[in-house]
Amino acid sequence: MTESFFSRGFRGRRQPSATAGRLPPGQYETPDFPVLSAGPTPRPPLASWDFVLRGADGPVARWSWDEFQALPHVAVKADIHCVSKWSKLDTIWEGVSVDTLLAEAAARGVKSAPYVLAVSDGGYTTNLPLADVTGGKAWVAVNYDGAPLAPQHGGPARLLVPHLYLWKSAKWVRQLRFMEHDKAGFWESFGYHNYGDPWREQRYTGDP
Amino acid sequence: MKGDDMRASDERAADERADETLRLDGNAAAGILSEVFVPDLTTARATCANCGTIRAMGALLVYAHGMGTVIRCPACGAVVLRIARTRTHLWLDPTGASLVVMAGAPASSVT
Amino acid sequence: MSSGTLVTREPRGSSVPSRAPKIAWRLATVVDVVTETPRARTLVLDVPDWPGHRAGQHVDVRLTADDGYQAQRSFSIASAPEDVRIALTVQRLDDGEVSPHLTDVLRAGDRLELRGPIGGYFVWEAALGGPLLLVAGGSGIVPLMAMLRHRATALVAASMQARHGVPARLLYSARRWDDVFYRRELARLAEDDETLEVALTLTHEVPAGWTGFRRLIDRMMLAEVAWPPAERPHVFVCGPTPLVEAVAAALVELGHDPELVKTERFGPTGGSA
Repeated sequence: MTESFFSRGFRGRRQPSATAGRLPPGQYETPDFPVLSAGPTPRPPLASWDFVLRGADGPVARWSWDEFQALPHVAVKADIHCVSKWSKLDTIWEGVSVDTLLAEAAARGVKSAPYVLAVSDGGYTTNLPLADVTGGKAWVAVNYDGAPLAPQHGGPARLLVPHLYLWKSAKWVRQLRFMEHDKAGFWESFGYHNYGDPWREQRYTGDP
Repeated sequence: MKGDDMRASDERAADERADETLRLDGNAAAGILSEVFVPDLTTARATCANCGTIRAMGALLVYAHGMGTVIRCPACGAVVLRIARTRTHLWLDPTGASLVVMAGAPASSVT
Repeated sequence: MSSGTLVTREPRGSSVPSRAPKIAWRLATVVDVVTETPRARTLVLDVPDWPGHRAGQHVDVRLTADDGYQAQRSFSIASAPEDVRIALTVQRLDDGEVSPHLTDVLRAGDRLELRGPIGGYFVWEAALGGPLLLVAGGSGIVPLMAMLRHRATALVAASMQARHGVPARLLYSARRWDDVFYRRELARLAEDDETLEVALTLTHEVPAGWTGFRRLIDRMMLAEVAWPPAERPHVFVCGPTPLVEAVAAALVELGHDPELVKTERFGPTGGSA
Protein backbone atom coordinates (compact mmCIF):
# COMPACT_ATOMS: atom_id res chain seq x y z
CA MET A 1 0.00 0.00 0.00
CA THR A 2 2.61 2.50 1.00
CA GLU A 3 5.63 1.30 -0.99
CA SER A 4 5.37 4.06 -3.54
CA PHE A 5 3.96 6.75 -1.30
CA PHE A 6 5.98 9.84 -0.69
CA SER A 7 5.12 13.06 1.11
CA ARG A 8 4.78 15.95 -1.34
CA GLY A 9 7.40 18.60 -0.68
CA PHE A 10 9.28 16.80 2.09
CA ARG A 11 13.05 16.73 1.99
CA GLY A 12 13.94 16.46 5.65
CA ARG A 13 16.99 18.04 7.20
CA ARG A 14 19.45 17.00 4.57
CA GLN A 15 20.91 19.50 2.22
CA PRO A 16 22.94 18.91 -0.92
CA SER A 17 26.48 19.12 0.28
CA ALA A 18 29.71 20.32 -1.22
CA THR A 19 31.29 17.90 1.21
CA ALA A 20 29.45 14.86 -0.12
CA GLY A 21 32.73 13.13 -0.90
CA ARG A 22 33.56 13.11 2.78
CA LEU A 23 30.36 11.40 3.80
CA PRO A 24 30.34 7.61 4.14
CA PRO A 25 27.52 5.80 2.32
CA GLY A 26 24.06 6.48 3.69
CA GLN A 27 25.09 9.40 5.86
CA TYR A 28 23.71 12.95 5.97
CA GLU A 29 25.62 15.94 7.23
CA THR A 30 24.17 17.85 10.16
CA PRO A 31 25.08 21.27 11.52
CA ASP A 32 23.75 20.23 14.95
CA PHE A 33 25.29 17.86 17.40
CA PRO A 34 22.43 15.44 18.12
CA VAL A 35 22.37 13.83 21.53
CA LEU A 36 21.48 10.16 21.67
CA SER A 37 21.12 8.58 25.03
CA ALA A 38 20.35 5.14 26.38
CA GLY A 39 20.06 6.29 29.95
CA PRO A 40 20.34 9.17 32.39
CA THR A 41 23.36 11.44 32.10
CA PRO A 42 25.97 10.36 34.63
CA ARG A 43 27.33 13.16 36.78
CA PRO A 44 30.45 11.90 38.55
CA PRO A 45 32.05 14.51 40.81
CA LEU A 46 35.51 15.30 39.45
CA ALA A 47 36.97 14.90 42.93
CA SER A 48 36.21 11.18 42.82
CA TRP A 49 36.49 10.63 39.04
CA ASP A 50 39.24 8.37 37.86
CA PHE A 51 40.31 6.72 34.64
CA VAL A 52 41.67 3.18 34.59
CA LEU A 53 43.54 0.99 32.15
CA ARG A 54 43.13 -2.57 33.30
CA GLY A 55 45.41 -5.34 32.07
CA ALA A 56 43.99 -8.71 31.08
CA ASP A 57 45.66 -10.35 34.05
CA GLY A 58 44.74 -7.76 36.67
CA PRO A 59 47.20 -4.87 37.09
CA VAL A 60 45.73 -1.43 36.66
CA ALA A 61 46.97 2.03 35.91
CA ARG A 62 44.79 4.72 37.42
CA TRP A 63 44.68 8.50 36.98
CA SER A 64 42.69 10.96 39.04
CA TRP A 65 41.18 13.94 37.20
CA ASP A 66 44.15 16.14 38.08
CA GLU A 67 46.63 13.45 37.10
CA PHE A 68 44.78 12.91 33.85
CA GLN A 69 44.78 16.60 33.03
CA ALA A 70 48.55 16.69 33.69
CA LEU A 71 49.17 14.19 30.86
CA PRO A 72 50.04 15.66 27.45
CA HIS A 73 46.89 16.77 25.63
CA VAL A 74 46.57 17.10 21.87
CA ALA A 75 44.10 18.80 19.57
CA VAL A 76 42.08 16.62 17.22
CA LYS A 77 40.01 17.62 14.19
CA ALA A 78 37.81 14.81 12.96
CA ASP A 79 34.68 13.90 11.05
CA ILE A 80 32.29 11.85 13.16
CA HIS A 81 29.64 9.46 11.87
CA CYS A 82 26.67 8.16 13.84
CA VAL A 83 25.00 4.95 12.77
CA SER A 84 21.66 6.76 13.01
CA LYS A 85 22.81 8.42 9.77
CA TRP A 86 24.02 11.84 10.80
CA SER A 87 27.60 12.94 10.28
CA LYS A 88 29.35 16.01 11.58
CA LEU A 89 32.45 17.22 9.79
CA ASP A 90 35.53 18.98 11.15
CA THR A 91 34.69 18.59 14.80
CA ILE A 92 37.35 19.89 17.18
CA TRP A 93 38.38 18.04 20.29
CA GLU A 94 41.15 18.00 22.84
CA GLY A 95 42.27 15.05 24.87
CA VAL A 96 44.88 12.47 25.69
CA SER A 97 45.89 10.02 22.98
CA VAL A 98 45.25 6.39 23.88
CA ASP A 99 48.83 5.74 22.70
CA THR A 100 50.01 8.04 25.51
CA LEU A 101 47.85 6.23 28.03
CA LEU A 102 49.11 2.85 26.87
CA ALA A 103 52.74 3.94 27.15
CA GLU A 104 52.16 5.31 30.65
CA ALA A 105 50.35 2.15 31.64
CA ALA A 106 53.06 -0.10 30.22
CA ALA A 107 55.58 1.76 32.39
CA ARG A 108 53.44 0.73 35.37
CA GLY A 109 53.36 -2.90 34.35
CA VAL A 110 49.99 -3.01 32.65
CA LYS A 111 50.25 -5.21 29.60
CA SER A 112 47.93 -4.69 26.68
CA ALA A 113 46.00 -7.47 24.91
CA PRO A 114 44.47 -7.83 21.42
CA TYR A 115 41.01 -6.51 22.41
CA VAL A 116 39.71 -3.61 24.44
CA LEU A 117 36.41 -3.11 26.23
CA ALA A 118 35.55 0.50 27.02
CA VAL A 119 33.43 0.76 30.16
CA SER A 120 31.45 3.87 31.04
CA ASP A 121 29.59 5.30 33.99
CA GLY A 122 26.01 4.04 33.74
CA GLY A 123 27.11 0.63 32.49
CA TYR A 124 27.59 1.26 28.78
CA THR A 125 30.26 -0.84 27.09
CA THR A 126 31.73 -1.09 23.62
CA ASN A 127 34.47 -3.35 22.27
CA LEU A 128 37.31 -2.62 19.85
CA PRO A 129 40.43 -4.34 18.56
CA LEU A 130 43.60 -2.92 20.13
CA ALA A 131 44.76 -2.01 16.65
CA ASP A 132 41.85 0.41 16.31
CA VAL A 133 42.74 2.47 19.38
CA THR A 134 46.48 2.70 18.74
CA GLY A 135 48.63 4.39 16.13
CA GLY A 136 47.02 7.80 16.55
CA LYS A 137 43.47 6.60 15.97
CA ALA A 138 41.91 7.15 19.39
CA TRP A 139 41.81 9.62 22.26
CA VAL A 140 40.13 10.14 25.58
CA ALA A 141 38.63 13.56 24.92
CA VAL A 142 37.85 16.15 27.60
CA ASN A 143 37.20 19.23 25.49
CA TYR A 144 34.89 19.77 22.56
CA ASP A 145 34.92 22.89 20.42
CA GLY A 146 37.20 24.73 22.80
CA ALA A 147 35.25 24.12 25.99
CA PRO A 148 35.02 21.33 28.57
CA LEU A 149 33.00 18.45 27.19
CA ALA A 150 29.36 18.85 28.26
CA PRO A 151 27.69 16.02 30.18
CA GLN A 152 25.14 15.29 27.44
CA HIS A 153 27.98 14.78 24.97
CA GLY A 154 29.87 12.46 27.28
CA GLY A 155 31.67 14.82 29.65
CA PRO A 156 33.86 14.90 31.66
CA ALA A 157 35.63 12.44 29.34
CA ARG A 158 34.67 10.24 26.43
CA LEU A 159 36.47 7.89 24.13
CA LEU A 160 36.93 9.27 20.62
CA VAL A 161 37.51 6.83 17.75
CA PRO A 162 36.42 8.77 14.67
CA HIS A 163 37.21 6.13 12.05
CA LEU A 164 34.42 3.92 13.41
CA TYR A 165 30.73 4.68 13.98
CA LEU A 166 30.24 6.98 16.92
CA TRP A 167 28.76 4.35 19.24
CA LYS A 168 32.34 3.12 19.62
CA SER A 169 33.33 6.53 21.03
CA ALA A 170 31.98 5.67 24.45
CA LYS A 171 30.59 8.64 26.38
CA TRP A 172 31.42 8.94 30.08
CA VAL A 173 34.27 6.46 29.67
CA ARG A 174 36.00 5.39 32.88
CA GLN A 175 37.95 2.27 31.94
CA LEU A 176 39.66 0.56 29.07
CA ARG A 177 39.91 -3.12 29.81
CA PHE A 178 42.30 -5.27 27.84
CA MET A 179 40.98 -8.67 26.86
CA GLU A 180 42.57 -11.73 25.31
CA HIS A 181 39.26 -12.51 23.57
CA ASP A 182 36.76 -10.18 21.99
CA LYS A 183 33.59 -9.57 23.97
CA ALA A 184 30.60 -7.77 22.48
CA GLY A 185 29.49 -4.53 24.16
CA PHE A 186 26.04 -3.00 24.70
CA TRP A 187 25.06 -2.48 21.05
CA GLU A 188 27.37 -5.09 19.52
CA SER A 189 25.44 -7.73 21.43
CA PHE A 190 22.14 -6.25 20.38
CA GLY A 191 21.80 -5.97 16.62
CA TYR A 192 24.76 -3.83 15.74
CA HIS A 193 27.95 -4.70 13.92
CA ASN A 194 30.90 -5.90 15.96
CA TYR A 195 33.40 -3.65 14.15
CA GLY A 196 31.45 -0.71 12.73
CA ASP A 197 33.36 0.76 9.77
CA PRO A 198 31.21 3.56 8.31
CA TRP A 199 33.00 3.37 4.94
CA ARG A 200 31.91 -0.22 4.50
CA GLU A 201 28.52 0.68 6.05
CA GLN A 202 28.89 -1.95 8.75
CA ARG A 203 25.88 -0.87 10.78
CA TYR A 204 24.19 -4.08 11.85
CA THR A 205 25.09 -7.61 12.85
CA GLY A 206 25.50 -9.58 9.65
CA ASP A 207 26.48 -6.65 7.43
CA PRO A 208 29.55 -7.78 5.40
CA MET B 1 18.99 27.38 57.02
CA LYS B 2 16.77 24.56 55.91
CA GLY B 3 14.95 26.76 53.39
CA ASP B 4 18.21 27.55 51.64
CA ASP B 5 19.19 23.88 51.57
CA MET B 6 15.84 23.03 50.05
CA ARG B 7 16.20 25.75 47.44
CA ALA B 8 19.72 24.68 46.55
CA SER B 9 18.75 21.05 46.19
CA ASP B 10 15.61 22.04 44.24
CA GLU B 11 17.84 23.96 41.87
CA ARG B 12 20.22 21.05 41.51
CA ALA B 13 17.29 18.75 40.84
CA ALA B 14 15.98 21.23 38.28
CA ASP B 15 19.38 21.38 36.56
CA GLU B 16 19.54 17.61 36.40
CA ARG B 17 16.03 17.44 35.04
CA ALA B 18 16.85 20.04 32.43
CA ASP B 19 19.62 17.78 31.17
CA GLU B 20 17.34 14.78 30.99
CA THR B 21 15.13 16.24 28.30
CA LEU B 22 15.65 13.07 26.29
CA ARG B 23 13.89 11.01 28.91
CA LEU B 24 10.35 10.07 27.89
CA ASP B 25 7.58 7.88 29.28
CA GLY B 26 6.66 4.33 28.47
CA ASN B 27 4.00 5.70 26.15
CA ALA B 28 6.73 6.88 23.79
CA ALA B 29 7.70 3.26 23.22
CA ALA B 30 4.13 2.20 22.54
CA GLY B 31 4.56 2.40 18.77
CA ILE B 32 7.50 0.04 18.54
CA LEU B 33 6.10 -2.15 21.31
CA SER B 34 3.01 -2.60 19.16
CA GLU B 35 5.24 -4.21 16.54
CA VAL B 36 6.52 -6.76 19.02
CA PHE B 37 3.55 -7.45 21.28
CA VAL B 38 -0.11 -7.91 20.47
CA PRO B 39 -1.73 -6.44 23.60
CA ASP B 40 -1.04 -2.78 24.44
CA LEU B 41 2.03 -3.13 26.57
CA THR B 42 1.88 0.35 28.06
CA THR B 43 -0.78 -0.75 30.52
CA ALA B 44 0.97 -4.05 31.30
CA ARG B 45 2.65 -4.24 34.69
CA ALA B 46 6.34 -5.06 34.50
CA THR B 47 8.56 -6.31 37.33
CA CYS B 48 12.10 -4.95 37.26
CA ALA B 49 14.48 -7.91 37.40
CA ASN B 50 17.02 -5.75 39.19
CA CYS B 51 15.08 -4.26 42.09
CA GLY B 52 11.66 -5.90 41.98
CA THR B 53 9.68 -2.66 41.53
CA ILE B 54 6.38 -3.24 39.72
CA ARG B 55 4.98 -0.43 37.57
CA ALA B 56 2.85 -0.07 34.49
CA MET B 57 5.06 -0.04 31.43
CA GLY B 58 3.75 3.46 30.65
CA ALA B 59 5.35 4.67 33.87
CA LEU B 60 8.79 3.40 32.95
CA LEU B 61 11.39 5.75 31.56
CA VAL B 62 12.09 5.59 27.86
CA TYR B 63 15.29 6.68 26.24
CA ALA B 64 14.43 6.74 22.57
CA HIS B 65 18.05 6.45 21.52
CA GLY B 66 18.57 6.65 17.79
CA MET B 67 19.94 3.11 17.84
CA GLY B 68 17.20 1.50 19.85
CA THR B 69 14.49 2.00 22.44
CA VAL B 70 15.80 1.56 25.97
CA ILE B 71 13.21 1.27 28.73
CA ARG B 72 14.40 1.73 32.31
CA CYS B 73 13.04 1.23 35.80
CA PRO B 74 12.07 4.57 37.39
CA ALA B 75 13.16 3.30 40.80
CA CYS B 76 16.63 1.87 40.17
CA GLY B 77 17.45 2.92 36.58
CA ALA B 78 18.20 -0.59 35.35
CA VAL B 79 17.27 -1.49 31.78
CA VAL B 80 13.97 -3.38 31.83
CA LEU B 81 13.49 -3.85 28.12
CA ARG B 82 15.33 -2.84 25.01
CA ILE B 83 14.29 -2.99 21.38
CA ALA B 84 16.45 -2.39 18.33
CA ARG B 85 15.56 -2.43 14.68
CA THR B 86 18.13 -3.49 12.10
CA ARG B 87 17.70 -3.72 8.37
CA THR B 88 15.94 -7.05 8.57
CA HIS B 89 15.10 -7.79 12.19
CA LEU B 90 13.61 -6.49 15.41
CA TRP B 91 15.71 -7.33 18.43
CA LEU B 92 14.11 -7.64 21.86
CA ASP B 93 16.11 -7.98 25.06
CA PRO B 94 13.54 -8.80 27.76
CA THR B 95 16.06 -9.91 30.39
CA GLY B 96 15.55 -6.83 32.57
CA ALA B 97 11.90 -7.73 33.14
CA SER B 98 11.38 -10.72 35.35
CA LEU B 99 7.64 -10.65 34.76
CA VAL B 100 5.18 -8.81 32.51
CA VAL B 101 1.46 -9.09 33.23
CA MET B 102 -0.94 -7.88 30.56
CA ALA B 103 -4.70 -7.46 30.74
CA GLY B 104 -6.13 -9.37 27.81
CA ALA B 105 -9.43 -10.45 26.38
CA PRO B 106 -10.68 -13.75 27.74
CA ALA B 107 -9.50 -16.72 25.68
CA SER B 108 -11.87 -17.34 22.78
CA SER B 109 -13.71 -20.59 22.92
CA VAL B 110 -12.47 -23.12 20.41
CA THR B 111 -14.51 -25.88 18.95
CA MET C 1 -11.98 29.10 13.61
CA SER C 2 -11.10 25.97 15.58
CA SER C 3 -12.39 22.53 14.64
CA GLY C 4 -15.75 23.74 13.41
CA THR C 5 -16.24 20.57 11.45
CA LEU C 6 -17.50 18.68 14.49
CA VAL C 7 -19.17 15.52 13.34
CA THR C 8 -19.86 12.81 15.84
CA ARG C 9 -19.56 9.12 15.28
CA GLU C 10 -21.69 6.37 16.69
CA PRO C 11 -20.72 5.12 20.12
CA ARG C 12 -17.88 2.61 19.91
CA GLY C 13 -18.87 -0.99 20.19
CA SER C 14 -21.83 -0.64 17.89
CA SER C 15 -19.97 -2.02 14.87
CA VAL C 16 -18.42 -5.37 14.09
CA PRO C 17 -14.80 -5.53 15.30
CA SER C 18 -12.35 -5.37 12.41
CA ARG C 19 -9.94 -8.23 11.82
CA ALA C 20 -7.21 -5.90 10.59
CA PRO C 21 -4.29 -5.26 12.94
CA LYS C 22 -5.19 -2.35 15.13
CA ILE C 23 -1.98 -0.40 14.67
CA ALA C 24 -1.06 -0.41 11.01
CA TRP C 25 0.33 2.33 8.84
CA ARG C 26 -2.49 4.06 6.99
CA LEU C 27 -2.75 6.91 4.52
CA ALA C 28 -4.89 9.70 5.90
CA THR C 29 -6.19 12.60 3.83
CA VAL C 30 -5.77 16.13 5.04
CA VAL C 31 -9.18 17.81 5.13
CA ASP C 32 -8.14 21.12 6.62
CA VAL C 33 -5.17 22.94 8.13
CA VAL C 34 -6.36 25.38 10.79
CA THR C 35 -4.28 28.11 12.40
CA GLU C 36 -4.29 27.89 16.18
CA THR C 37 -1.47 30.30 17.01
CA PRO C 38 1.28 31.96 14.96
CA ARG C 39 3.35 28.78 15.20
CA ALA C 40 0.74 26.05 15.58
CA ARG C 41 -1.67 24.42 13.17
CA THR C 42 -4.36 21.83 13.62
CA LEU C 43 -4.47 19.18 10.92
CA VAL C 44 -7.93 17.74 10.42
CA LEU C 45 -7.63 14.28 8.91
CA ASP C 46 -9.86 11.66 7.38
CA VAL C 47 -8.39 8.26 8.22
CA PRO C 48 -9.79 5.24 6.37
CA ASP C 49 -10.90 2.43 8.70
CA TRP C 50 -9.94 4.45 11.75
CA PRO C 51 -10.70 2.16 14.69
CA GLY C 52 -11.46 5.02 17.07
CA HIS C 53 -9.27 6.25 19.88
CA ARG C 54 -9.32 7.19 23.53
CA ALA C 55 -8.56 10.69 24.76
CA GLY C 56 -4.83 11.00 25.45
CA GLN C 57 -3.63 8.62 22.77
CA HIS C 58 -1.28 9.59 19.99
CA VAL C 59 -0.36 8.65 16.45
CA ASP C 60 3.01 8.16 14.80
CA VAL C 61 3.38 10.23 11.62
CA ARG C 62 5.88 9.23 8.97
CA LEU C 63 7.15 11.45 6.17
CA THR C 64 8.90 9.94 3.15
CA ALA C 65 11.00 11.95 0.71
CA ASP C 66 11.09 10.96 -2.95
CA ASP C 67 14.50 9.34 -2.45
CA GLY C 68 13.10 7.14 0.29
CA TYR C 69 14.46 9.10 3.25
CA GLN C 70 12.03 8.85 6.16
CA ALA C 71 11.42 10.73 9.37
CA GLN C 72 8.93 9.74 12.01
CA ARG C 73 7.48 11.59 15.01
CA SER C 74 4.64 11.10 17.47
CA PHE C 75 1.74 13.56 17.78
CA SER C 76 -1.05 13.54 20.30
CA ILE C 77 -4.61 13.42 19.03
CA ALA C 78 -6.39 16.67 19.87
CA SER C 79 -9.89 15.60 18.88
CA ALA C 80 -12.41 13.83 21.06
CA PRO C 81 -13.01 10.12 20.45
CA GLU C 82 -16.56 11.08 19.51
CA ASP C 83 -15.39 12.92 16.36
CA VAL C 84 -15.31 11.07 13.08
CA ARG C 85 -12.23 12.91 11.87
CA ILE C 86 -9.06 13.08 13.89
CA ALA C 87 -7.24 16.31 14.62
CA LEU C 88 -3.56 16.75 15.40
CA THR C 89 -2.26 20.10 16.67
CA VAL C 90 1.37 20.62 15.69
CA GLN C 91 3.69 23.36 16.87
CA ARG C 92 6.39 24.36 14.43
CA LEU C 93 9.90 24.03 15.73
CA ASP C 94 12.05 26.28 13.57
CA ASP C 95 14.88 23.76 13.34
CA GLY C 96 12.58 20.76 13.39
CA GLU C 97 12.65 18.16 10.69
CA VAL C 98 9.00 17.15 10.64
CA SER C 99 6.95 19.92 12.22
CA PRO C 100 7.73 22.67 9.67
CA HIS C 101 6.54 20.34 6.93
CA LEU C 102 3.27 19.73 8.74
CA THR C 103 2.60 23.35 9.61
CA ASP C 104 3.89 25.07 6.46
CA VAL C 105 3.77 22.64 3.54
CA LEU C 106 0.89 20.25 4.13
CA ARG C 107 -2.41 21.35 2.63
CA ALA C 108 -5.94 20.03 2.19
CA GLY C 109 -5.93 17.14 -0.25
CA ASP C 110 -2.45 15.89 0.67
CA ARG C 111 -2.07 12.46 2.15
CA LEU C 112 -0.27 11.76 5.40
CA GLU C 113 1.03 8.40 6.56
CA LEU C 114 0.25 7.59 10.16
CA ARG C 115 -0.35 4.70 12.52
CA GLY C 116 -2.39 4.52 15.65
CA PRO C 117 -4.05 5.02 17.99
CA ILE C 118 -1.14 4.32 20.26
CA GLY C 119 -0.74 4.17 24.01
CA GLY C 120 -3.33 2.93 26.47
CA TYR C 121 -1.58 4.26 29.55
CA PHE C 122 -2.03 8.01 29.26
CA VAL C 123 -5.79 7.97 28.63
CA TRP C 124 -8.89 9.24 30.39
CA GLU C 125 -12.54 8.65 29.75
CA ALA C 126 -15.55 9.87 31.70
CA ALA C 127 -16.27 6.37 32.96
CA LEU C 128 -13.03 6.52 34.97
CA GLY C 129 -14.54 9.32 37.03
CA GLY C 130 -12.92 12.29 38.68
CA PRO C 131 -11.82 14.61 39.99
CA LEU C 132 -9.67 15.22 36.93
CA LEU C 133 -6.57 17.41 37.19
CA LEU C 134 -4.80 18.28 33.98
CA VAL C 135 -1.45 20.10 33.92
CA ALA C 136 -0.09 21.23 30.56
CA GLY C 137 3.13 22.88 29.49
CA GLY C 138 3.14 24.39 26.02
CA SER C 139 2.08 21.89 23.37
CA GLY C 140 1.43 19.40 26.18
CA ILE C 141 -2.11 20.81 26.14
CA VAL C 142 -2.95 18.72 23.07
CA PRO C 143 -3.79 15.31 24.60
CA LEU C 144 -5.38 17.04 27.58
CA MET C 145 -7.64 19.00 25.22
CA ALA C 146 -8.82 15.69 23.79
CA MET C 147 -9.76 14.71 27.33
CA LEU C 148 -11.66 17.97 27.92
CA ARG C 149 -13.44 17.71 24.57
CA HIS C 150 -14.42 14.14 25.35
CA ARG C 151 -15.59 15.19 28.82
CA ALA C 152 -17.74 17.96 27.36
CA THR C 153 -19.37 15.58 24.87
CA ALA C 154 -19.82 12.80 27.40
CA LEU C 155 -21.44 15.10 29.92
CA VAL C 156 -23.53 17.18 27.54
CA ALA C 157 -26.70 15.37 28.50
CA ALA C 158 -25.63 14.61 32.05
CA SER C 159 -27.35 15.92 35.12
CA MET C 160 -25.72 18.61 37.25
CA GLN C 161 -25.14 15.95 39.88
CA ALA C 162 -23.36 13.73 37.36
CA ARG C 163 -21.16 16.64 36.27
CA HIS C 164 -20.21 17.40 39.84
CA GLY C 165 -19.11 13.81 40.12
CA VAL C 166 -16.46 14.38 37.45
CA PRO C 167 -15.11 17.89 38.15
CA ALA C 168 -12.10 18.96 36.12
CA ARG C 169 -9.36 21.55 36.47
CA LEU C 170 -6.77 22.53 33.90
CA LEU C 171 -3.55 24.32 34.75
CA TYR C 172 -1.92 25.39 31.48
CA SER C 173 1.48 27.03 31.20
CA ALA C 174 2.41 28.96 28.06
CA ARG C 175 4.99 31.60 27.28
CA ARG C 176 2.59 34.28 26.13
CA TRP C 177 -1.08 34.80 25.43
CA ASP C 178 -0.47 34.29 21.71
CA ASP C 179 0.96 30.83 22.37
CA VAL C 180 -2.14 29.53 24.13
CA PHE C 181 -3.86 26.89 22.00
CA TYR C 182 -7.67 26.68 21.86
CA ARG C 183 -8.07 29.97 23.74
CA ARG C 184 -11.64 30.69 22.76
CA GLU C 185 -12.75 27.11 23.11
CA LEU C 186 -11.28 26.78 26.59
CA ALA C 187 -12.95 30.00 27.67
CA ARG C 188 -16.28 28.81 26.29
CA LEU C 189 -16.00 25.38 27.90
CA ALA C 190 -15.22 26.92 31.28
CA GLU C 191 -18.00 29.48 30.92
CA ASP C 192 -20.61 26.89 30.02
CA ASP C 193 -19.62 24.40 32.70
CA GLU C 194 -19.28 25.34 36.35
CA THR C 195 -17.64 21.98 37.06
CA LEU C 196 -14.67 22.90 34.84
CA GLU C 197 -12.01 25.42 35.91
CA VAL C 198 -9.22 26.61 33.66
CA ALA C 199 -6.16 28.42 35.05
CA LEU C 200 -3.48 29.81 32.79
CA THR C 201 0.02 30.83 33.72
CA LEU C 202 2.05 32.92 31.28
CA THR C 203 5.76 32.70 31.85
CA HIS C 204 7.36 35.21 29.46
CA GLU C 205 4.93 38.02 28.73
CA VAL C 206 1.44 38.95 29.90
CA PRO C 207 -1.16 41.10 28.17
CA ALA C 208 -2.31 44.35 29.76
CA GLY C 209 -4.68 43.80 32.64
CA TRP C 210 -3.62 40.16 33.17
CA THR C 211 -4.75 38.83 36.54
CA GLY C 212 -3.71 35.22 36.11
CA PHE C 213 -0.51 33.50 37.19
CA ARG C 214 2.68 34.78 35.67
CA ARG C 215 5.43 32.30 36.50
CA LEU C 216 6.59 28.73 35.92
CA ILE C 217 4.40 26.12 37.58
CA ASP C 218 5.74 25.44 41.06
CA ARG C 219 4.72 23.55 44.15
CA MET C 220 2.84 26.51 45.60
CA MET C 221 0.78 26.99 42.44
CA LEU C 222 -0.05 23.31 42.34
CA ALA C 223 -1.08 23.35 46.00
CA GLU C 224 -3.42 26.21 45.17
CA VAL C 225 -4.95 24.67 42.06
CA ALA C 226 -5.00 20.96 42.78
CA TRP C 227 -7.50 19.08 44.87
CA PRO C 228 -6.18 17.78 48.19
CA PRO C 229 -4.57 14.35 47.79
CA ALA C 230 -7.34 12.85 49.91
CA GLU C 231 -9.73 13.48 46.98
CA ARG C 232 -7.54 11.15 44.91
CA PRO C 233 -7.80 13.04 41.63
CA HIS C 234 -6.74 11.43 38.37
CA VAL C 235 -3.80 13.58 37.31
CA PHE C 236 -2.38 13.91 33.81
CA VAL C 237 0.73 15.98 33.22
CA CYS C 238 2.02 16.65 29.71
CA GLY C 239 4.66 18.90 28.19
CA PRO C 240 8.44 19.25 27.94
CA THR C 241 10.32 16.74 30.07
CA PRO C 242 11.74 19.23 32.62
CA LEU C 243 8.29 20.69 33.34
CA VAL C 244 6.64 17.29 33.56
CA GLU C 245 9.24 15.95 35.95
CA ALA C 246 9.12 19.05 38.16
CA VAL C 247 5.31 18.98 38.31
CA ALA C 248 5.11 15.24 38.94
CA ALA C 249 7.72 15.47 41.68
CA ALA C 250 5.90 18.39 43.30
CA LEU C 251 2.55 16.59 43.21
CA VAL C 252 4.05 13.53 44.85
CA GLU C 253 5.68 15.75 47.48
CA LEU C 254 2.26 17.31 48.12
CA GLY C 255 1.00 13.82 48.87
CA HIS C 256 -0.62 12.65 45.64
CA ASP C 257 -0.41 8.91 44.94
CA PRO C 258 2.26 8.37 42.24
CA GLU C 259 0.04 5.69 40.68
CA LEU C 260 -2.61 8.36 40.01
CA VAL C 261 -0.17 10.85 38.45
CA LYS C 262 0.32 9.93 34.82
CA THR C 263 2.91 11.71 32.78
CA GLU C 264 3.60 12.18 29.10
CA ARG C 265 6.99 13.76 28.57
CA PHE C 266 7.30 15.35 25.17
CA GLY C 267 11.08 15.55 25.27
CA PRO C 268 13.01 18.73 24.65
CA THR C 269 11.08 19.76 21.61
CA GLY C 270 7.64 19.63 23.11
CA GLY C 271 6.78 16.64 20.98
CA SER C 272 6.75 18.16 17.53
CA ALA C 273 10.22 18.08 16.07
